[in-house]
Amino acid sequence: MIDFSYTIWILLIPLLVFVVTGLTGHRFKPIVTGIIGTTGLGVVFLLSVYTAYKYFFVLDKVEGAFQRLLAFNFTWLHLTEKLHIDIGVLLDPISVMMLIVISTVSFMVHIYSLGYMRGEKGFARFFSLLSLFSFSMLGLVIATNIFQMYIFWELVGVSSFLLIGFYYEKDSAVAASKKAFIVTRFADLGFLIGILVLSYTTGTFDFITLTGPDSPAFTSGQGIMFLGMSTMTWSMLFIFMGGAGKSAMFPLHIWLPDAMEGPTPVSALIHAATMVVAGVYLVARMFPIFHHEQSALEIVAWVGGFTSLFAAVIACTQYDIKRVLAYSTMSQIGYMMLALGVSGYGGEEGLGYMASMFHLFTHAFFKALLFLGAGAIIHAVHSNYMNEMGGLRKYLPITHATFLIACLAISGIPPFAGFFSKDEILVAAFHHNKALFAIEYLVAGMTAFYMFRLYFNVFWGKEQLYHHTPHEAPITMTLPLIILAIGSTFAGFIPFTKLVTSDSLPFETHTEWGIAIPSILIALAGIGIATMLYMKKSETSKKIAMALGGFYTAAYSKFYIDEVYLFITKKILFNYVSRPVAWFDRHIVDGTMNQFAYVTNLVSDKIKGFQSGQLQQYALAFISGVIALALLFIYLWTN
Amino acid sequence: MFEGVPIHWFLVLATAMFFIGIYGFLVRKNLITMLMSIELILNSVCINFVAFNKILFPEHLEGMFFTLFIIAVAAAEASVAIAIIINIYRRIVNIDVEKMNEMKY
Repeated sequence: MIDFSYTIWILLIPLLVFVVTGLTGHRFKPIVTGIIGTTGLGVVFLLSVYTAYKYFFVLDKVEGAFQRLLAFNFTWLHLTEKLHIDIGVLLDPISVMMLIVISTVSFMVHIYSLGYMRGEKGFARFFSLLSLFSFSMLGLVIATNIFQMYIFWELVGVSSFLLIGFYYEKDSAVAASKKAFIVTRFADLGFLIGILVLSYTTGTFDFITLTGPDSPAFTSGQGIMFLGMSTMTWSMLFIFMGGAGKSAMFPLHIWLPDAMEGPTPVSALIHAATMVVAGVYLVARMFPIFHHEQSALEIVAWVGGFTSLFAAVIACTQYDIKRVLAYSTMSQIGYMMLALGVSGYGGEEGLGYMASMFHLFTHAFFKALLFLGAGAIIHAVHSNYMNEMGGLRKYLPITHATFLIACLAISGIPPFAGFFSKDEILVAAFHHNKALFAIEYLVAGMTAFYMFRLYFNVFWGKEQLYHHTPHEAPITMTLPLIILAIGSTFAGFIPFTKLVTSDSLPFETHTEWGIAIPSILIALAGIGIATMLYMKKSETSKKIAMALGGFYTAAYSKFYIDEVYLFITKKILFNYVSRPVAWFDRHIVDGTMNQFAYVTNLVSDKIKGFQSGQLQQYALAFISGVIALALLFIYLWTN
Repeated sequence: MFEGVPIHWFLVLATAMFFIGIYGFLVRKNLITMLMSIELILNSVCINFVAFNKILFPEHLEGMFFTLFIIAVAAAEASVAIAIIINIYRRIVNIDVEKMNEMKY
């Protein structure tokens, strides 16, 4: 038996770094804070790798399956004998895998930010907030119970809010941070309701009990039906609502594109690799219960599938490179959700589960790489718009090479990482739902198309007039790019079926070439179309856009979802709900109180003359009273 | 002593003094006069004490002693009142009670 209790330091180090740098950051040179933060994360990275090695390769298995370990536990709130809220560290295959993902990407982003954020106002604040985020995200994945997860869930929401609003002097950044916070908060309300319903019916928060083989969730909460679904199904749907909000699933996705107002390393860390996959992680964490509630799982699959298509269509029309990447993130997370939705439980049935986690893992590498590459491009040309770029491959050779690798990886071209994970997802979808499988084939082609549209627009085509000659980024920025590019190339060869599976038992799988070859061909077709349209700047793409007419405009305007939200809130909610409520508050609630005050004021104004300051008036009143009382008593006594 | 003086003579005298005192306190505007009115009220009470003591309990002296105490306390009270009046006079150069109306709403 190996002692894993040191893993609590994975959580404590970033917290300590946050507190120290947050309180004393203004006293030192900014670079000192940056180095403290990066070193802290480096230690966390090493600890995570060490833990993963010990967990996967040294720790004994129980009946062939990886154990679920309670490495550290501390009862925080003791509600009843059965119901208590703990804080602790839970180690199982997915949490250990997430530790690797988060610490690696976070460490890379820290190094990158040393170069990218150099000379920015608030450099120290940036690094202490990054530490806060790392702390919250690590706490989220190693949560032992759903309540601890909820606490850290809110913490990542706050740190995301703070980092999106990093340039708080810019109105658009402030608006974006508020939007992200409000939308995810609204979704978290659903999450909280789900937690309450779940813990009320099962009487526990604990993940090990809840997702174990004889979970109380399988038996309780089945009898009572509401709108045709059992209590447990409803609680799973509410929990999924929280996950959908964080993971930017349709229709709660509107905050993610705007969140790109934050600094680019933040987009890479939070809004591409780690926080936005928290929803996927949540569903995976609760997967045995979701699997038991098939109707909820069906909804997960369709929401994922629809989002992946929807986001891919929008991504084809955007010009802001970060927004293209944001929509592509949504699309890829849709893939992961879909894979979970079509998955079964146990053995080869659990292929979708494994594929989802696999894609989460590989996606973290190539999407972080894409964002960091985009950061390097923006750093070089000071623009976010791809139509103001072109021919950059000569100036940014390292960025160009790594970006190309990431594009190939996300498009699913072997041997890059994305191919393997995406292939597993397609196989899982093929065996469970042909309609979703068809959608995913289409999306695979569109992914390749929009990624190479971006790639050709930025690195090929005609050179634009730049303010100054674009130059390659410093070593602190290119080093993470190279490391992540290596990850994106080789992560696909990790045998996930042996490590991360739905029931922790390894199983055998093999690439189904009957599905893989068409998907490669579709991706190549997407790349081919992009090459024809964008390698040389030509008018063909504009003509196609013109021909598509209304559909193109709708996609370019993100299908007017933002406008729909604005219409619902401003026109309907504000007019027909908020305004009457405000009227009631102002006129009825406040009015009653004002009336009380008015009457009191009026009465006292009328009788205040009684206190005239004239001594003899008081004396007269006093003596009259005495005489009146005397007469009264005489009258009473004589009768 | 006072044999043959009926009790109601004392009572009429005391009541008359008491209400003269009350009247003076309510209508006179001069603080000194008001103080004198209070002395009248006190003394009317003293007369009652002495008279009742003599007639009801001739073998006891409590009424007499009580009167002595009242006189002593009244003297002390008068000195305090006059001190206050002098301070008021120094402040507003007036001892008219109607001018002293600052402590109001």
